Amino acid sequence: MLLSPYPTNAERIRVAALWFWCVLVLIFLVVPIFVPVPLSFNSGSFFTFPLAGVSTRWYEVVLGTPRWRAAIGNSLLIGFGTTILATVLGTLTAIGLSDPKFPGRRFVVPLLISPLIVPVVVTAVGTYLFYARIGLANTYGGIILAHTVLASPFVVVTVSASLAGFDRNLMRATSILGAKPLTGFLRVMLPLILPGVLSGAAFAFVTSFDEVVVVQFLANAQQRTLPLEMFTGLREQLSPAITAAATLMMGLSILLLIVANLLARRSRKNAGAASE
Amino acid sequence: MSSIAMPTTKTWISARDHSDSLRPLALAAPLLLLLLFSFGAPIVALLSRAVYEPTIANALPLTIAALRQDSGAGVPDEAVFRAFAIDLKDGQAAGTVYEFAKNLNTRLPGARSQVLRVARLAAQDQAITKEAMIKAAPLLGEEKSWSAIRVGTNRFTSFFLLSAFDLRWTGQWTIGAVPADQAVFLRVFGRTFLIATLVTLATLALAFPLAYLMTNLRPAMAAIVLVLVLLPFWTSILVRTAAWTVILQKYGILNDLMLWLGVTSDRIELMYSRTGLIIAMTHIQLPFTLLPIYSVMRSVQPSQLRAAQSLGGRPFTVFRRIYLPQVMPGVLAGCLLTFILCLGYYITPVLIGGASDQLISNFIANYVNAELNWEMAAALSFVLLASTLGLYITMTRYLGLDLFKMG
Repeated sequence: MLLSPYPTNAERIRVAALWFWCVLVLIFLVVPIFVPVPLSFNSGSFFTFPLAGVSTRWYEVVLGTPRWRAAIGNSLLIGFGTTILATVLGTLTAIGLSDPKFPGRRFVVPLLISPLIVPVVVTAVGTYLFYARIGLANTYGGIILAHTVLASPFVVVTVSASLAGFDRNLMRATSILGAKPLTGFLRVMLPLILPGVLSGAAFAFVTSFDEVVVVQFLANAQQRTLPLEMFTGLREQLSPAITAAATLMMGLSILLLIVANLLARRSRKNAGAASE
Repeated sequence: MSSIAMPTTKTWISARDHSDSLRPLALAAPLLLLLLFSFGAPIVALLSRAVYEPTIANALPLTIAALRQDSGAGVPDEAVFRAFAIDLKDGQAAGTVYEFAKNLNTRLPGARSQVLRVARLAAQDQAITKEAMIKAAPLLGEEKSWSAIRVGTNRFTSFFLLSAFDLRWTGQWTIGAVPADQAVFLRVFGRTFLIATLVTLATLALAFPLAYLMTNLRPAMAAIVLVLVLLPFWTSILVRTAAWTVILQKYGILNDLMLWLGVTSDRIELMYSRTGLIIAMTHIQLPFTLLPIYSVMRSVQPSQLRAAQSLGGRPFTVFRRIYLPQVMPGVLAGCLLTFILCLGYYITPVLIGGASDQLISNFIANYVNAELNWEMAAALSFVLLASTLGLYITMTRYLGLDLFKMG
């Protein structure tokens, strides 16, 4: 489609140059994120290729030492807490927003998205200052609330997308048939938008699991998370254990987000089928 | 009959609908309240620190009263010094003198130790004289110290916001630049905007051709390329920054590659350099620039381009006059999004940038972590937030870019 049916030589050269440039860009995009993977299996303690040998010693460090294990535990705890809170609140908000009668949408939507735009250092420093006054700094609850703020926009967006194809007449039908609003939600709406909700939940978990700036300000020494441990490690001394931790984090994020995207696609299909 | 019944039903429905308009709001209320509590309130609390600063006023109640009696500017008389000594003695007893001394020090470098020394003397000797106080703290004998204290007794201050622009009050009604050796922030803002601009242009140069190629591929191929773009997008900034710290090492693979290709004859320092920082930030921001461009490019009708060509347009003319105007909203949206996000970078400059590549966020974090100067952190946050939100509002208002639809 790039070439016209009877291409001139100049056209061929332009298209070849475009391909060449784009392949370089794709290499630049993809190769860097996989560089830590082979290094994490290096048996030596340097960051250079060629590898000295293959071993899993750095994974044993990350999964075996108390410091890293505590960090993984904290990350999971905060991640699941955030996921539950952000998914429930975000889904309710998306359902509210999907109603054409929602008042003041023009102001509410930018407000809901703003945690993604406000520089995260400003959010983190402000939260630290405010939480210190009301006794929420250095608490798991405080960190979960702060992460929920950052994660909820993703849930609102994904659930809104799956609600876009949802036929509101179905809810009218449930109420005409005598179902209470909650029953209608649980038996008709939720099953149809469930893939969107789960996809939002996956985004929320990944947001919290990857977050480091807010945690840096809010967490005490016992509440350090996996990314915070990595961040301090990178600042102080570079150990190959970090490449192992990075590989684990990357694997988990990519896995969850692939699942999330497949679910989101299915949810759009579901909603489309239901409205026909 | 039905023509009479119809409006009644309609009225009934619309009345019912009207009463229902609070229900969707109630569904959104829990999240909105959480945002108010855990996002709005913290930001207001932080920004208010930039203009509301009661530490000095709280520490010097008697001095303020005495200064009001005192006539004129300059070093005040014995009565004010007596009040000052009593305030310091009270502060010493209550333990608040340290906070006061630290605060005064931000306005009057070197004041901290001198004030604490006078406070100790005042606690021992109730009848300490003006002369003895100036002897222990030479700064108290200088006019500029008292003008700093007079300014500080005002609970509302513009000092920190002015400092964020390297400005200060030079007289009652005049504002001037701070001395060159104290001017930092304009340079930091300039650097932040410069690096954001360079990264934005670099991502555009890489993203535009790729997005164009993607719109012209067969759907299956385009889907594969899209996954390759999304893979780094889904990996956290910290993990990608970690990957770049590994790649940019002096004996890392980028140096290996450049030596092998003969681009350089010697290994170069890329870690803790601006070049390294820009490379890493470009990599992280590339998908953000690309996705809005790609989504707009897909909506351009290829038939228009063919029409322009068959009417005798040269390829470059067709590109400039038909294609570019149509994809421009996407280009502007992608670039603005990347620019806005670059302004707030924190993690990557800490780990990859050198001392002279730290951006505004790094200074904010440093003022909180190392110097405990909340007021300055707040003032810098105010400027950063204002620039970011200003650009964001421009983006949504004039370009109609809806982050909501980008997913």
